[in-house]
Amino acid sequence: MEQRINIAVYIIIFAFGIFLFRLWDLQIIKGNEYKKIDEKNRLRVIDIPAPRGIIHDRNGKVLVKNVPSFDISVFKEDIPRDPETLKALGRLLGITHDDIRNRLEKSSVKRFKPVKLKQNVSFKQVAKVEARKVDFPGLHVEVVGGREYIYGHSASHVIGYLGRLSLAQLSDPKYSDVPPESFIGQFGAEKVFDPSLRGAGGKKILEVDALGSIIKVVRIQRPVKGEDADLTIDIDLQVEAEKSLKGKAGAIVALKPDTGEVLALASAPSFDPNLFVRGIKYKDWKKLVKDPSKPLLNRAIQSQYPPGSTFKIISAIAALEEGTVTDDTTFECKGSIYFGRVFRCWKAAGHGSVNLHKAIRESCDVYFYEVAKKLHVDMLAQYAFGFGLGRATGIELEGEVRGLVPTSGWKLDRKNERWYTGETLNTIIGQGYLSATPIQMARLMAAVVNGGMLYKPYLLKDGDVNREAEGIVEIRPETTEIIRKALIAVVEEKDGTGKLAKTDMVRVGGKTGTTQVIGGVVKGDKIPDKYKDHAWFVAFAPEKAPQIAVAVFVEHGGHGSSSAAPIAKRIIEAYYRNLQKIESVQGEG
Amino acid sequence: MIDRRLINSFDWSILIVPLILSLIGVMTIYSATRPVLNVEQQSFFLRQFYWIILSLIAFFVVVSVDYKQLIRFAYLIFIFGIILLVIVLLFGRKGMGAQRWINLGFLSFQPSEFFKLFFIIALSRYLSGMGQETRLGFAELARITAVFVAVPAVLILRQPDLGTTLILLFIFTTMVLVAGIRRKIILITIVTMLVSLPITGKIMWKGMKDYQKKRIIAFIDPQADPHGIGYHITQSKVSIGSGGFLGKGYMKGTQGPYRFLPEKHTDFIFSIFAEERGFLGSVILFFLYFFIIWRGFDTAKKARDMEGCFLALGVTFMFSFYFFINVGMTLGIMPVVGVPLPLMSYGGTALLSNFLALSILENVRMRRFALYY
Repeated sequence: MEQRINIAVYIIIFAFGIFLFRLWDLQIIKGNEYKKIDEKNRLRVIDIPAPRGIIHDRNGKVLVKNVPSFDISVFKEDIPRDPETLKALGRLLGITHDDIRNRLEKSSVKRFKPVKLKQNVSFKQVAKVEARKVDFPGLHVEVVGGREYIYGHSASHVIGYLGRLSLAQLSDPKYSDVPPESFIGQFGAEKVFDPSLRGAGGKKILEVDALGSIIKVVRIQRPVKGEDADLTIDIDLQVEAEKSLKGKAGAIVALKPDTGEVLALASAPSFDPNLFVRGIKYKDWKKLVKDPSKPLLNRAIQSQYPPGSTFKIISAIAALEEGTVTDDTTFECKGSIYFGRVFRCWKAAGHGSVNLHKAIRESCDVYFYEVAKKLHVDMLAQYAFGFGLGRATGIELEGEVRGLVPTSGWKLDRKNERWYTGETLNTIIGQGYLSATPIQMARLMAAVVNGGMLYKPYLLKDGDVNREAEGIVEIRPETTEIIRKALIAVVEEKDGTGKLAKTDMVRVGGKTGTTQVIGGVVKGDKIPDKYKDHAWFVAFAPEKAPQIAVAVFVEHGGHGSSSAAPIAKRIIEAYYRNLQKIESVQGEG
Repeated sequence: MIDRRLINSFDWSILIVPLILSLIGVMTIYSATRPVLNVEQQSFFLRQFYWIILSLIAFFVVVSVDYKQLIRFAYLIFIFGIILLVIVLLFGRKGMGAQRWINLGFLSFQPSEFFKLFFIIALSRYLSGMGQETRLGFAELARITAVFVAVPAVLILRQPDLGTTLILLFIFTTMVLVAGIRRKIILITIVTMLVSLPITGKIMWKGMKDYQKKRIIAFIDPQADPHGIGYHITQSKVSIGSGGFLGKGYMKGTQGPYRFLPEKHTDFIFSIFAEERGFLGSVILFFLYFFIIWRGFDTAKKARDMEGCFLALGVTFMFSFYFFINVGMTLGIMPVVGVPLPLMSYGGTALLSNFLALSILENVRMRRFALYY
């Protein structure tokens, strides 16, 4: 009997051995595995998006603000997957239960994080969901940052838009702290200033029980709001610029000549960034991309065309500085000259005896042809480079093009051909190989009237008032004076080609330009739009210590004098009206 | 009334170790049922504590009476137990789908908990009546099976209470095996069971309730029904496993209070303990249980007579089965049978019956020196 009791004891000891082994297996060998399941059981992480920085214009007007947007999401761990629950949830959200199932199964969301079921739902729907949350454990309303572009189409190329992280960005360590389904700046200032606008997202780690009820907040990491961005843009001026381009394709850039601040940067046609806020619809995107008028193109920095006669400003400075001419030098304009072939002046009847002042005022081509015979193209190019042509201005926006200033070396390099003086004749009146962007021309205008200081145009007001010039073109003050007077004459005198830019408010200087679209002279008014010349006008005001420099470019606008000059007038007038308004407000305050 | 020598031979370890375990039980119940959502602490732990005091009193009362008296009235006690089982079927209170409780107004208890003890006492009397060297023959075995097992098993199964029925069967089988049985019978029984398994298995399967079937399926494959009974097993393993070596710390377990683990303060109390106290605490706990069991067998060996020996054996077997079935279930190596962990699970009747069983053990042990009595 005692022997049989001993057998029982051995069996018991053996059983204890097995149990101990099992305990070891669960707690030591698989301990970490079970710890993870345990955490998955009870921990939930909710991202708290950082409020994005607000974008203001130079006067503190809000251009872009945040509006809350709601997403409905669900914790995979908590939602029952039976068809009845999913169907009921589908009815609540207005999506099919298959869709829900797909999202749950295909989701690559990290552990503990909710899976998005429906984005950008209305407030009414949020209320409906909140009311029925008890029936669907794990259902969660996420408040995500939405964006409202208050001025719609205005300044859209400057402000830009948001978009989901692209595939390339997802694998880029720069964006590692950005939650994969969030939106970041993908264009314009929203993109360029994104790192500071974005802020740092926070998160809330929750402990929930088996029914998905929140037991406690384990940890809260508060989001850090993105920094606001104050732009140099004056939105009223910007809106005026866009109005004046209405129905046309073109660009306007207005700068402060003594700093490089961009007061307005308009490109027409434009687009509405509000379309992009929670992900642009495929249909809308396709429409934007396929539009032949290219609304996404920022013409102010991305379109380059021969500057036409606006370039004569540079030609004149070069001629004066290099001693090719003095202000007394005169040439006879008979409407054309022969130099290998016939080179025509725009005025077939000719300008008669022309000095530099008249040549600029009336935009006489023959005068400059004569100069071109004596001025080497490389000399001319030096001044063009000096005033910032042929290279990007360095404004904060992406995708800026460089334009082109031809030289003999460039031609040898590119075409394996020597430079012909005849080509200088074309170049000196701003045609031929030469090309520039509107922003380059605006900066050129600014530098010409501020004594040769070349500032980098900028959009972000950073309080740095003593910006250093990026370059200084050494020109004699007399030269600047001669040029300034001539440019004033263009607008203010009755023979000036830019007299349509004349305003009662301020004395304006400027220069017209016309870019030939097809060679030769085409007569008549019935030219189809696409063969019409491009119109340029660069301007500044007031005469002394200019406060604004403008470049207007109208694609297929015809003559600079008739189509671009009146726009420049509108801009300058708007600038002075706004100035008066602000001064009167400040006076009252 | 009690001899001095009796007091001297009182084995304190049989009282102290179980007392420690039951106090650990109270602490674990407290942690398992602690509120996490602005609810007041439920009074389970307090009620359990009162039951411990009551159990201690009962322990000393039973210890003071020589077990010879228990043996003397063994069959009467057995019949009394049967009557209680009938009463519970006729007038018992229902709870959680089973009719197990008799309500006395001031308290309610489960007769089947006590019946196991009555059963052990009666069986001990019968088996000790056999000669030391006789081995049970087939006819005799059939007779005592019918008398001692069949009647109560049918009654308890009607409640239904599969766990208690199984325990009764196990106690009976082991006690009879230790008492001595002809090898031929063992062989025949095993062969018959194996041969008839397809048929009896089918009959048993048909006779089982749905939840019982689910438990068996879940034991074989917990993933088959991850939100049903398999969920219990999985969550129990998660609780135990997540404890790791040192545990999450007392009152730091989450699986129970956060409602991931059901029956946290009753059948799955060990899972909560292992979650909070880890491998180290669990091994110590195992050791305490092993100590009681070992002490039980030791007492059986040292008992002054066959009656004492069988009483100690029956009680020890019962205790062991409870332990292994319960802990085995929480570890996921035994099917889910609703059996509490002795001394620790919440439940007054079970606690009282555990202490009564231990007092029988103490009774046998302290009176082992027959010579002077």
